[in-house]
Amino acid sequence: MQNPWIYVGLFLVVGTIIPIAALVMSALLAPRKPNPIKQSTYECGMETVGENRVQFKAQYYVFALAFLIFDVETVFLFPWALSLNAMPFFVALEGVVFILILLAGLYYIWQKGMLDWV
Amino acid sequence: MEFLTDPIKVIYEWLMLTLTSWGWAGWLSQLVINLLAIVLFITGVMVLDILLVWVERKVVARFQDRLGPNRVGPFGLFQPFPDIIKLIIKEDITPNGADKVVFNLAPILSLASVIFLWAVVPLASRIYGVDLNVALLYLVAAGSIGTLSIIMAGWASNNKYALLGAYRMVANMISYEIPMIIALLIPTILVGSMSLKLITEAQSGYWFVLVSPLGALLFIIAAIAELGRSPFDLNEGESEIVSGYHIEYTGMKFGLFYAGELLHAFTFGGFWAALFFGGWHGPWAEQYPLLGAFYFVVKAMIGYWVIMWVKYTVPRIRIDHMLAFNWKFLTPLGFILLMVTAVTHSVLRQSPAWLYVAGMFLSNMIVALITIEGLRAQARRQRISAEASSKPVVADH
Amino acid sequence: MTVDQVIFFLVGALILVSALMVVTTRNLIHAALWLIATLFGAAVLYATLDATFLAVVQVVVYIGAIAIMFIFAVMLTRRNMLDDASQTNPGWPWAAFIALATFAGLALLAGQMHNAGATQSELFADPLAALSQALISPEAYVLPFEVASVLLLAALVGAVYIANRK
Repeated sequence: MQNPWIYVGLFLVVGTIIPIAALVMSALLAPRKPNPIKQSTYECGMETVGENRVQFKAQYYVFALAFLIFDVETVFLFPWALSLNAMPFFVALEGVVFILILLAGLYYIWQKGMLDWV
Repeated sequence: MEFLTDPIKVIYEWLMLTLTSWGWAGWLSQLVINLLAIVLFITGVMVLDILLVWVERKVVARFQDRLGPNRVGPFGLFQPFPDIIKLIIKEDITPNGADKVVFNLAPILSLASVIFLWAVVPLASRIYGVDLNVALLYLVAAGSIGTLSIIMAGWASNNKYALLGAYRMVANMISYEIPMIIALLIPTILVGSMSLKLITEAQSGYWFVLVSPLGALLFIIAAIAELGRSPFDLNEGESEIVSGYHIEYTGMKFGLFYAGELLHAFTFGGFWAALFFGGWHGPWAEQYPLLGAFYFVVKAMIGYWVIMWVKYTVPRIRIDHMLAFNWKFLTPLGFILLMVTAVTHSVLRQSPAWLYVAGMFLSNMIVALITIEGLRAQARRQRISAEASSKPVVADH
Repeated sequence: MTVDQVIFFLVGALILVSALMVVTTRNLIHAALWLIATLFGAAVLYATLDATFLAVVQVVVYIGAIAIMFIFAVMLTRRNMLDDASQTNPGWPWAAFIALATFAGLALLAGQMHNAGATQSELFADPLAALSQALISPEAYVLPFEVASVLLLAALVGAVYIANRK
C-alpha cells in the first residue's frame, strides 16, 4: 500500500466501531427501568455528603510535571537511538551527555523532595 | 504449496483477481480487501479476548487452589459465552449527575486503545497488519489514549471513589511510561529501527533477552504497572475505593473495560515476546508463516502467564512506595542501562556475534550487580541508623 | 478530488470545529477534551504528509502528557467546573481583526513558497532516517539537540519552584 497510515486510519475506524457495536447491541437487548435509588451515586450504601468531584491532591500535578519533562526527553532520544548504527562512535557519547544532564535534573528534584509523597 | 509459504499473498491475489474481474477499480478493490482483512482480524482478536476470560479465571483458580469454571463445556471452556450474554442483557445504569457523553465515550476508548495496538503486531514473517517505521512510538501513543479514557471515566462518573481511582491510575500510568519508553529504546538501539517487523527479524540469530536481560525485566515491570495490575493495582483497591474508576459502570460498559484490561495484558505479553524473545522465530517458522504465528501466540501466552503469576502472587503496594519505586529506582536505573547499552553496542557492533552477545550480556550483569550491591549497602545503612535510634528505647524497658 | 484531499478537508473541519468548541464551551473539562480532538486532528494531518515521527510524537507528547496536565490543572484549581464569566471582553473586534490579518499574511506567504501545492515530498527516500541523522550529526543540529537537554533541565527547575511555592 502507498501510505501505511491509510491502513492505520482504517484500523482506527474499525477498532472504534466494534466497541460501539457492542454497546449498541447491549442498548437494544438490555432492560431500562431507572429509578432514583438505582441512579444515586454508589458509596457502599452511605448517603453522599458534599461535592462529588472532590478537589485533587496537588502532589499528582507535581508528578505530571516531572513526567512531561522526561517524556519529551525520551522522545528526543528516539532519533539518537535510530541513527547509532549509521554514525561513528562519538554519537553514542552525545546521547550519554544528553541523558546525564537530565539525570542531574532528576537528582536535583529528588534532593528538593519533589519526589516524596506527602 | 504457495499457500503454506505465504498465505496472505495468495488470498490477497485471489481476492484481487475476483474483484477486478467484477469490473471494480484497482484502488477500490484494494480498499475493500484491506477493510475486510481488518474486520476479520479484529473479530479474531475479540474472539481471542473472549477465550482470555476463561484463561484468566482458570489460572487464578489454580493459583488459589480452586477448580475454576468447570461446568459449561469441556474444562469449562464455554463459560465466557454465558458471561458475555449476561453482560449484554444487563441493565445499563447511568448515575445522577454523570456527564453522559464522556461517560459513554470512556469505555469505548478504553477497549479501542487496546485494539489499536494490534495494527502493528507482527504475527509471523509475512503475516502482520502494517509495517510502521515508528511502531514503538505508536505503541506509546495508543497507551496515552488509554490513560485519557481512564481519566474521562473517573471524572464523568460523578463519584468520589471513581475520581480517586482515576487519579491514582493516571499517576501510576504516566510515571511508569518513562521506564516503558526506555525499555522500548533498547531494541531501537540494537536494531536501529522502530519497526516491530525489523526488530523481530533481527532476532533470527539470538534473542534480545540474551543481549539485554535487564531491558526485558524493565519492560515487563513497566508493562505490569501500565496495566494497573497487582502489585500496582491501587487504582482499584477493593477495601478503600471499591473498584476505582469503573465503579459506576454496569453491563456491557463494564464489560468493555474488563475486556480491554485482559486483552491489554495479553498484548503486552505479545510485545514482550516480539521485542525480547524472538517474536515468531522458531523451528521452520521462516518457511511456514502459520507456524510462526502459532509460536508467537504461544510466546505471548507465556508472557501473559508471567503477568498473571505476578498478579496473583504479589500483594498491593502503597502509593508512595509505588511512586518512589519508579522515580527513585526504575527511572535512574533505566537511564543508566540505556547509556551502558548504547556505549557497549557502539563499541562491539563490528565484532563477531558471540563476542557481541557476551559483551552485552556481561555489561548488563555488571549493571545488575552494582545495583544490587548499592541497594544492599543502603539497606545496611538504614538498618544501622534504625538500630542506633532505637537503642535508648530498649534501655528504658 | 483525490482521497488525500477528502481526508484533508474532513480533518480540517474536525480541527476547526473542535478548536471553536475549546473557546466556546463553558465546561472546562469539555474544553480540554475538545482540545485533545484538535491536537489529534493535527496528528492526522502530519500522518497524511508522511511526517510519521511527528504524527506519533504529537499524540505521545500533546495528548499523552500536555493534555493530561491541562486536565490535572483544571481539577487542581477549580472546584466548580463551570465558568460563568463572560466569554468576550470589549477588545474582541480587535482580536478578531488581528487573527484574520495574521491568517491572511500566512496564507500569502505559504502561497509564495517555491514548492507550494506540491502533492508529495520527494526530498528524502527515508524521512525518518534523514531526520534522526540530521538531529545528531555534528555538521547539522547536534548543538540544538544538546541545548534542548539544558532547556528541559531549566523546565525541571521551574517545576520545582512551582511545586515548592504551593
